[in-house]
Amino acid sequence: MIVNPIAGLGGRVGLKGSDGLEIQQRAIELGAIPRASDRASEALKYLIRMRFDLDILTCPGSMGEIAVTQAGFRPHLVDAYQAKPTTAADTRRAANEMLQKDLALLMFTGGDGTARDIYSICGTEIPVIGIPAGVKIQSAVYAIHPRAAGELAATYLQSKAETILAEVVDLDEEAYRQGRISPRLYGYLKIPYIKRYIQGVKVSSTTVSSACLKGIAEDISERMEPGTIYIFGPGSTTQAIATHLGMDKNLLGVDAYADGKCIASDANESVLLAILASNQPVKIILTPIGGQGCILGRGNQQISPNVIRKVGKGDILVVCTKEKLDAFKGRPLWVDTGDDEVDKTLCGYLPIITGYKEYVMYKVAS
Amino acid sequence: MKNITAERFTDGKPNLRRFHQACWDEPIIFELGQPGQRGILVPEVDEGIKSEVRDPFTGIPDSLLRKNRPQLPEMSQPAVLRHYVHISQETLGVDCNIDVGQGTCTMKYSPKINDQLARMPELTELHPLQDETTVQGILEIFWRFEQILKDISGLDRFTMQPGAGSAAIYTNASIIRAYHTSRGEIDKRDEIITTIFSHPSDAACAKVAGFKVITLYPNEDGYPDIEALKAAISDRTAGLLITNPEDTGIYNPKIAEFTRIIHYAGGLCSYDQANANGILGITRAREAGFDLCHFNLHKTFSTPHGCGGPAVGATGVTKELIPFLPVPLVDFDGEKYYLNYDIPNSIGKIRPFYGVAPAVLKAYAWVMALGAEGLREAAEIAVLNNNYLLKKILSIRGASAPYAEGKRRIEQVRYSWEKLYEETGVHSDELGIRAADFGVHYWTSHHPYVVSEPCTLEPTESYSKEELDEYAAIIENVANEAYADPELVKNAPYNSTVHTIDHHPLDDPEQWCITWRAYKRKAQKIPV
Repeated sequence: MIVNPIAGLGGRVGLKGSDGLEIQQRAIELGAIPRASDRASEALKYLIRMRFDLDILTCPGSMGEIAVTQAGFRPHLVDAYQAKPTTAADTRRAANEMLQKDLALLMFTGGDGTARDIYSICGTEIPVIGIPAGVKIQSAVYAIHPRAAGELAATYLQSKAETILAEVVDLDEEAYRQGRISPRLYGYLKIPYIKRYIQGVKVSSTTVSSACLKGIAEDISERMEPGTIYIFGPGSTTQAIATHLGMDKNLLGVDAYADGKCIASDANESVLLAILASNQPVKIILTPIGGQGCILGRGNQQISPNVIRKVGKGDILVVCTKEKLDAFKGRPLWVDTGDDEVDKTLCGYLPIITGYKEYVMYKVAS
Repeated sequence: MKNITAERFTDGKPNLRRFHQACWDEPIIFELGQPGQRGILVPEVDEGIKSEVRDPFTGIPDSLLRKNRPQLPEMSQPAVLRHYVHISQETLGVDCNIDVGQGTCTMKYSPKINDQLARMPELTELHPLQDETTVQGILEIFWRFEQILKDISGLDRFTMQPGAGSAAIYTNASIIRAYHTSRGEIDKRDEIITTIFSHPSDAACAKVAGFKVITLYPNEDGYPDIEALKAAISDRTAGLLITNPEDTGIYNPKIAEFTRIIHYAGGLCSYDQANANGILGITRAREAGFDLCHFNLHKTFSTPHGCGGPAVGATGVTKELIPFLPVPLVDFDGEKYYLNYDIPNSIGKIRPFYGVAPAVLKAYAWVMALGAEGLREAAEIAVLNNNYLLKKILSIRGASAPYAEGKRRIEQVRYSWEKLYEETGVHSDELGIRAADFGVHYWTSHHPYVVSEPCTLEPTESYSKEELDEYAAIIENVANEAYADPELVKNAPYNSTVHTIDHHPLDDPEQWCITWRAYKRKAQKIPV
């Protein structure tokens, strides 16, 4: 268990985030009370019935020891330097120490910044569960409630949940304070997955989601024509579909395939434009960022306005499982390519491929 | 808890009832059988018949003859009776609770007198293969009931053949397919449009009938934008399958515009009237521009729900689509009733024979007891009851009714306990299960949960104000418990036969067991 003790400090005093010492100082002046430790403890209380089977490793003091003890456990402590007050570097150092200890599961308490720190050290090496304590939670790696995090951990530790890759997303806090939403996809963490604990939507297992992915892949497969180039955008959905179609797609990059063969891996804009210059028919396959809804302009800037203009709206296929779509709660999907004209042409209603021969007509905004 | 037998109300509010289900540790009937036991000793066949029939198996092709005896449980009559009585005691059935929690199912009271009618030997001794001259009475009831449904819907012909709502939707999807086939357009027209809050069978049956499915999502008013529909239509549009009011209880006031747009695109419009209970005698399929529709007799027309049958999904069409209806239709030539197989472009049969006769009889009796004005009054009371309950539920901490905020609903509401969940960590299904400790329950919603932490209530016209008060008091009590002591609610039920059910196998084709044979093969790993 790693607790970022200052996570969420800015939230209740209206500071839209807790990044940076100065903001934390102001938050405390405004009367903010740290609550991350309590939230970590709330999650762990759910595991108390397993206490004789669990060894909990955590950091000294406010970075975990207090929370773990408060929940009724006797923790083992890692020996890692901690600044006062703690910083992002402390989270990373602690994660690095933990990574050496053969963990079954890493739980961390914080916000999107904390998730980024964990991601930068752990990648997809070990399963993690985020306990939400941050001001803004954009990342899909967090349970919807500390208690849900505890329930998910218990279920996973009893080998009753599979893992999936979930998005680590963060907003630029400075831009956010000035009223601009500028989220960025940083990568993916491996999380145990039971929908009801992760997105407030109850689905008992991953079977439904994996069946949907299979259906989407079948649909795409039936549309594929020889001589057409297929550009796959980043994301775990597009990767799962590519894998189902027998392609070895990388998670964060943009890949191009034709006739079942990879013709460009991790392509940048100029590679894509060179591909388009061949005048072969091209289709782009994209998926919205989970929880976010961005289709173009975040994490896939390689698919630039120039690329989009050449391909045309009609040849952009958007894929998304119904569960992921429902988690947007009716909010439109959106694009922000950096070119208003292109954004405008992409707006309106777009058919989203949600299964085999199943589509949802969904609104796209800029 | 107060003793409800001594005092039913405190300060005008109903006291909650204690409820405890029976627990019999009842095995599956296949596990109860003992070789050699039997329930009926079948008398020997008369010699005369024996010599006339000779070997009854002669003439049956080898491929149709069983190789092994059926693996049925061997049991005495009282053992069978005891088994089913035990099981009935282990449920929270429609006849023993205020059943407003099974929203979308329209759990209205099924009058027992209609069961008695259906148990009369005049009906039970009939067989659907009898010559039609010997079953004029029941054919007349089919015919007369069809005339009533024509009036209620404004459409021109009905078939009672489909055995349930989904079978009716599948019938309609098949008629749409047959219609476009007859016009040489089926290769092109392969898309059906539906909405996410229509019954999921609308999407599923369209898929089974070979169509692609485009689903529309609602705007903040609770029904899709016209712009979304316009974006969905094309020369590939075969039709629209839609419920109205949808499962949110919200009526789409632009429905006539929807049907116009679909007709403009060359498609047909099919009205899933599963939610018709609040609009009987108020709106009709014809005026809304529909070409096809269906009613569930087991919902709107009071016949018992059969857990998948036997029921009737009465399916109606306009004049133009009569040539595609399943065969046979029940017709009247001025003197006698007869089965009409002369339907030129019929889609064939959806199910054997011409409809579940006891269900049609009960529905007919129900309508005749009410009359036209009574039907409308039933609908009005159903709407009034629903909006009374809506007001009561919304006053409970943590409850909301997403979409069309502040507006009234038709006959049901899909509520959300999202706020309660965020504040307590208690899920909607956990609240519903806790309610079972007080003798009622509720259902959440179809999957996926578009409304988060959903709960769907439909009070129908059958329940009194006092009963709705009692139901709301139970839900309020459970919600208050969630705030005061979440663990109490999360660990419920305390008074039920089974504590919790592991849902995982139900989502996994490798694990689910729909039959005993599948259970042996998958769960017990016994080769079958």
